[in-house]
Order: sequence, then structure tokens, then C-alpha cells
Amino acid sequence: MIKPDPAFLSVHSVSKRFGGLLAVSDASFTVAEGSITGLIGPNGAGKTTLFAIVSGFEKPTSGNVLWRGEEITGRPPHLLARDGIARTFQIVQPFAGLSVRENIAVGAFLRHRRRAEAIAVAEQVAERVGLSRDLDKPAAALTVAGRKRVELAKALATGPKLLLLDEVLAGLNPSEVRDIVPVIRAIRDGGITVFMIEHVMQAVMNLCEAVHVLAQGRIIAGGTPAQVVRDPAVVEAYLGHGAATRLAGQHA
Amino acid sequence: MLNGLLTGAIYGLVALGLTLVYGVLHIINFAHGALLTLAMYAAFVAWKVFGLDPYVAILPLVPLFYLLGYGVQRYVIGPASRGEDSNILLVTLGLSIVIENMMLAIFRSDTLSVQVPYAMEVVELGPMLLGFPRVVGFGVAFVVALVLFVLLTMTDTGRAIRAVAKERTGAALVGINVNHVYAVTFGIGAACLAVAACLLLPFFYVSPRVGNAFVLVAFTIVVLGGMGSVPGALLGGLFIGVVESLSGLYFGDSLGQIGIFLIFILVLLFRPTGLFGAKA
Amino acid sequence: MSTRDLVPILVFAAVAALLPVFVTANTWLNFAVFTLIICLAAQGWNILGGYGGQYSFGHAAFFGTAAYATAILQVRYGVNPYLGFGFGIAAAAVVGWIIGALSFRSGLRGSYFALVTLAFAEVFRVLANASEMTGGAAGILIRLDVRPENFQFASRATFYWIALALVVAALVVTRALERSRLGAQLVAVRENESAARALGVDALQVKLSAIALSAAITGAAGALYAQYFLYLDANIAYGTWISVEALLAPIIGGAGTVFGPVLGGIILHGLSEFTKSLVGRIPGVDLVIFGILLIVVVRFPPREIPGLIRMWRGRR
Ligand SMILES: Nc1ncnc2c1ncn2[C@@H]1O[C@H](COP(=O)(O)OP(=O)(O)OP(=O)(O)O)[C@@H](O)[C@H]1O
Ligand SMILES: [Mg+2]
Repeated sequence: MIKPDPAFLSVHSVSKRFGGLLAVSDASFTVAEGSITGLIGPNGAGKTTLFAIVSGFEKPTSGNVLWRGEEITGRPPHLLARDGIARTFQIVQPFAGLSVRENIAVGAFLRHRRRAEAIAVAEQVAERVGLSRDLDKPAAALTVAGRKRVELAKALATGPKLLLLDEVLAGLNPSEVRDIVPVIRAIRDGGITVFMIEHVMQAVMNLCEAVHVLAQGRIIAGGTPAQVVRDPAVVEAYLGHGAATRLAGQHA
Repeated sequence: MLNGLLTGAIYGLVALGLTLVYGVLHIINFAHGALLTLAMYAAFVAWKVFGLDPYVAILPLVPLFYLLGYGVQRYVIGPASRGEDSNILLVTLGLSIVIENMMLAIFRSDTLSVQVPYAMEVVELGPMLLGFPRVVGFGVAFVVALVLFVLLTMTDTGRAIRAVAKERTGAALVGINVNHVYAVTFGIGAACLAVAACLLLPFFYVSPRVGNAFVLVAFTIVVLGGMGSVPGALLGGLFIGVVESLSGLYFGDSLGQIGIFLIFILVLLFRPTGLFGAKA
Repeated sequence: MSTRDLVPILVFAAVAALLPVFVTANTWLNFAVFTLIICLAAQGWNILGGYGGQYSFGHAAFFGTAAYATAILQVRYGVNPYLGFGFGIAAAAVVGWIIGALSFRSGLRGSYFALVTLAFAEVFRVLANASEMTGGAAGILIRLDVRPENFQFASRATFYWIALALVVAALVVTRALERSRLGAQLVAVRENESAARALGVDALQVKLSAIALSAAITGAAGALYAQYFLYLDANIAYGTWISVEALLAPIIGGAGTVFGPVLGGIILHGLSEFTKSLVGRIPGVDLVIFGILLIVVVRFPPREIPGLIRMWRGRR
């Protein structure tokens, strides 16, 4: 196992304001190299916004992002992709008119100038995420699960060191979730650090070594999944004020 | 310069139709200039064949162009574009090519104009002499804007139009027929053009490409005044009218329009989001 | 790019090159050269509009710039026409890059990009119409001096082959683009710009490369036009007509395909000659048909035609 390096990705008191709304508020946390780290939180907590900041799609209102010791705040997405940070989108963003192979190849072209190489890499990646049989289909013709895989494959094909996955399991049925969980674990075992937003708690418990919890823009808890789900602050954030004490009362 | 202000009001009227269509349908209508050309030819024919004074021709032409606009949106632009921005662009371009060249085929490229007794009359305003047709144009343009404003704010149709402009899906859910409202809006835009054409004719020539001279101007006004804003279109029109007459004064006729194009480009480049509201 | 990619292009080149053997009437060769010039302009548009999805309504800016540069360099500065030709293409590319840098940096796309390119072309037209350098409204005439070293030929067939060579070169460039990283990234930007950026595509740079290449090819058409007709004025060089032709041909023949612009150009001009032979020389009739064709093609995209036929058969 790779030695965890706390400075792999670190986010320092990042805030993001959209007009009157503070979507992310003074968030700080780190992601260790070689880990699968989760980011959970209720709807509208600011998770996607945080990803957008880390991947360069949004500039934070304040705070900074460090990537392997280097300040990357506000660097545009295509440069971050070159540096090794790739993301998927919560709402999948396929190149609708292109085949699955060509979709993935766009990612592969980042590190392979020649078309033949890029296509070969795309096919390898398709194999890894289980898309080999769909290579010639138009991306628009796939099922939800298939499109999620394409989204994952495109990002993976850029050859990242850090992969940001925004709810790749959402909208999948339990058997599809079961199929894709090992794929994500295999990606990490291949040396890519995974940082994932996820609502499917079973998968989070299953996959993640560490979890950060975001609620109303603030990081309210962090730790192993088991620690986090027992944290009263987290329970309250999910179930509403007073829920923790009510639950504790029930158990007593 | 004051003459510029007066012409500007008619520009404003041309822009009014454009901005209304943009504000509600969220499309840029490239055929707007060609529709103006068509309206000017219609007014010309009304004068030449039926002996109608252009100001009188407003009465038959407004309903006629309303129907035309309604039909064009409902049965051509709507179905052909299938809701895609680039398709709308191409369809309205196609329409403008068709209209413009139909006029060319029928009337040839000569410039035509009407002779009315009041064309050269002037109105004295203190020390200034203003062309009569321009003064009429100015007045009527404002009346039309007022009527439009009342229509939009006080009638059921107006409320439906504004509902669709704001929240299309929501409006559809409460039972408003969106395609109908779109076509109505387009019809109103075309009706504005009919008025503008009749006001222009006494002091402006007609040629198959005359609309082109107005369409970029109208776009500029719409951009300046804020896409979709009725008072913005009028104010923008006045401003552009002045700019045009000033830059014509300084640079001569051949370069006169350049001021407008440059304003247009600069506004697009530097304030596209601010002035357009939402980006494309 | 493999040899297999080039076969259709070579077949086309070979067939088209034989035309002057069978057709010797000057009017027909004239028509053929003019059609090829339009095809070339359309091939330029196709790079940016077809592959890049950025619909320009102002490719006249590039056509005219190269045309005027070629003419002015020869007439006013005595530059060798071949050199002037090259400069013309380069000037078009630079203008394309500048217009692209201004508009893409400001985030203009869709209708707004179309509008701004149209406005740029109009600014050039008004300027060219007023400037002394371009001969103003009277236009500029390249002196007739028929010598091969002067890029003027006694036989129209020679010009036809030169125009054909340029069209074939543009076909090869387009095919190469399709097979290159730039091409893949350009198409990705067309399909979904933010997704492309997430995958490391420098969208701005890609669009700038595309518009420069696009402008250069359309510029080549303009320079060729100047050299063939030996006369320019602002309404020819920077007129809306060429912006429209450059856009219509690829849309009708298939935007974002290698042969689309050439196919479209041939269809349009064939159609236009055909209508002329039917109704005589009424101005505008051919364009009315083009406009209707444009609307019909947008309504029923050719690539969907097989599906439509199937649907129609099924319904019966
Ligand atoms: N571009 C934007 N402009 C304005 N507000 C925004 C923007 N992006 C996000 N927001 C707002 O910021 C808040 C956080 O949104 P975000 O998408 O980050 O939440 P999330 O945690 O990913 O939620 P979900 O679980 O539903 O995906 C929301 O209230 C959202 O409406
Ligand atoms: Mg989210």
C-alpha cells in the first residue's frame, strides 16, 4: 500500500458565495494519497460546488486548494486535468453525438497525441469499467448505468492521479451498484486516489476509508465511515434538529 | 441630431418586435430585417396599386402581418427548429434569404419610393426645422410602445405572454398553450414591423436589402437596451438614432453605420451577460 | 491518417480532374471554377462550423481579407502574385484568430457568435467601401497580364485544375483534422464544452486553432477569387453573399463531414444553373430555392432521412 501523504489534496477554509447564498462555508479537509475518501451530506449541502472548486470550474470566494503541496486555487480545469485531477459530473455530460469509444478517446487524447494510441487506451479503459461491448454504440443510446460508466471511463482515460466522482452510483439499481463497486475499488488499487460524493450509504461504508461530512456548506464531521455515522452532529444534519437525542433515547 | 432622435424612435419600433420575440421565445430572429423589407414592399404596393397613403395602410397591414407572423412561427420556425438554438438561427436565416430574394425577383433591385404630398413638409420647433414624416413617426412609435405596454400588462394575453417568458414549463403546466403564445408574440413582433414600415416609407426608399440596414441596427438596440426589455428597446432606439446621425456627420455617409457596428461589437464582447440576462 | 482514409479523396480528385477533357466550353469551365471557389470557402466554414459547432455568419471577413490582400499587394506594391496569394491566406488566418480571440474569450457562442461575426464582416465591408487602399466603392482591378509566372493563364482549364488542387488539399486537411487530436477535441467542444474542459481540453485554444484554420481555407477561396476574376469591390469581397454561401453548402451537404461542403456546393450551384435554365435570369430565384432548401434540411436532416423513410414505410 502507498504511504498516505496528508498533503496530497488539502482544502483550506474554502468558501463560495452565489449571490446571497453561501454554498460552501469555510471548509477545510484533506484527502490522503491512495485512499478512497467519501464526501457526504444532505441535498444542497454544497458538495458539487466543492468539487467544482477543486476541479477548477469555480473559483472560491475565499480560501485555497493545495495539490501535492502546490497552490492550485483558480487554475482552469484543463490544466488541472493535465496535472492529474479528473472529475465526473453528477448530471452526466456525454458527447452525445459520438460513440462510446470516441467519448472515452477524448479523455485518452490528453496524454496520447496519436489517434491509434488514444483509441487503444480508450478500449483498455472501457474494458476496466465494463463497457467493452458498447464501444460502437452512440453514447446517447445507453441506459443510465451505461452513461454513468462512460462518465467514469472518460475521466479515467485522462490518466489521473486523483479522481473526483460525483454520485456515480445515483440512479442505479442495487444490482448495478453491486457491479460497479468493485470497479471503483480496482481503480484505487491501480494507484488512483478516489474522492467520491455519494448518497448510497451502503457503498460509502463499503468503499471509503475516510469520510467528510458537509452540511449547509460546512464540514461538520470527518473520520472513518463507522465513526461518522455515529456522530450526533451528522445524524442531526440528516434527520433534523433533535434527532440525535431522540435516537439516543430510543436506544436507551 | 434631432432628426436622428426622430428616426431613432422608428428604429426603436423595429427593435421592439425583435426584443419582444427574444424576451418570450428566447430566440434571435434573423428574419426580422427581411420581414421589415416585406412590410415596406407591402406598404409600397398598397400605395402604388390601391392608392393608400402609407399612414392609412397601417390599418390593413397590422392585422395582415400579425397573421403572417403568427403563421410563420407556428408552422415554419417552430416545427423546423425543434427547439434547438442553432436550428432556429438557420431557419430564420433561411426565411430571410427566401423573403429578400422573393422581393428581388418580383421588384428587381431598383430602389423604390412613394411620393406623398407631405414628404417634404417641415415642422417648426423653435429654431429647428423637423421633417414632418419623422415627427409623425416619432409620435406613432411612442403610441405603439404604449399600446404594447398596456397589452402586456393589462390583458389576459399579455399575462400569458409574460408567464411563458418567465417560466415556460410552469406556464405549460397551468394550461397555457405555449406554442400559441409563441406564435402570438411573433405575430405582434411582425405587426410592429408593419407599423414601422408604414412610418418609414414616406421618407425612406425600399429595396430588397433595405431590411439588412435595419437588422443589425435593431440587434444593436436590443443588446443595448437589454434583451427583452420594451422601454430598453425604445431608449436604445433613440440613442442609436442619435449615434447614427452623429457618426454620419463626422465620418460622412459611407462610414456612418460603422459607429453602430462598433457599438454592437463592443457591447457583445464586453457586456454580453449583463445585457443579455442569461447566456445562450 | 491511413491510406484508406485518402482513397475516396483521390478518387474524387481523379474524376474531377478529367472534367476539362470532356467539357471545353468556357461558360461551363467558368461555372466549374466558380463552384470550386465556393466549395473551398465552404470547406473553411465547415472546420469551424461543422466540426467546431461555432456557426459563423461572417466568413466574408476572411474571404474578403485574403482577396483584398492578394489584390492590393500585387497592384499597389508589385508583390509576386503567388507570394501575395500566400500572404492573403496568412492575413485571413490572422484576422480569424483575432476575431476568435475577441469573441471566444468573451464567451460568445451560438446566436451571439453568429451575430458578432456578421457585424465584423459588415465593419470590414463598410471600411473597404470607404478606404482608398481598397479602391473604395469603385473597387480594385488587377491588371490583365496573362503569364503563368503572373498567376494568370490563357486557358480556363489551368485555373480549374488549380482550384481543384486547392479543394483536394482542403479535403486532405479536413480528413487529417478528423483523425487528429485537435479534431477530436474540437468535436468534443462542439458536443459539450464543459465536459471537454474536464478532460483536459483547452477549449479556447482549440477554438482559436479551428477559426484560424477555417479562416485560412476560406481565405484561400477569396485569394483565388481575386486572382481569377481580377476584380474586387467591397460588396463582392466582404458581402453577405459569401458568408451565406459558405454556410449553406456544408449545412446542405452535411456539416462536420469531409465531403459535405463540396457536395453541398455542387448541389447548390447545379440547382442554381438548373433554375436559371428553367425560368431564365430572374435575379434571386435561385437564392429563394436555397433558402427553402436550408429550412427543409434543418427540418429533415439528411442523416435522419433513412429513419424517416422507414417511418413512412411503416406507417403505410
Ligand atoms: N452556479 C450556481 N449559482 C447559484 N447557486 C448555485 C450554483 N451552484 C450551486 N448553487 C447552490 O448552491 C447550493 C449547493 O449546491 P450543490 O450542488 O453544491 O449541492 P450538493 O451538495 O451537490 O447537492 P446534491 O446532493 O443535491 O447534489 C445549492 O443551494 C445550489 O442551489
Ligand atoms: Mg451535487
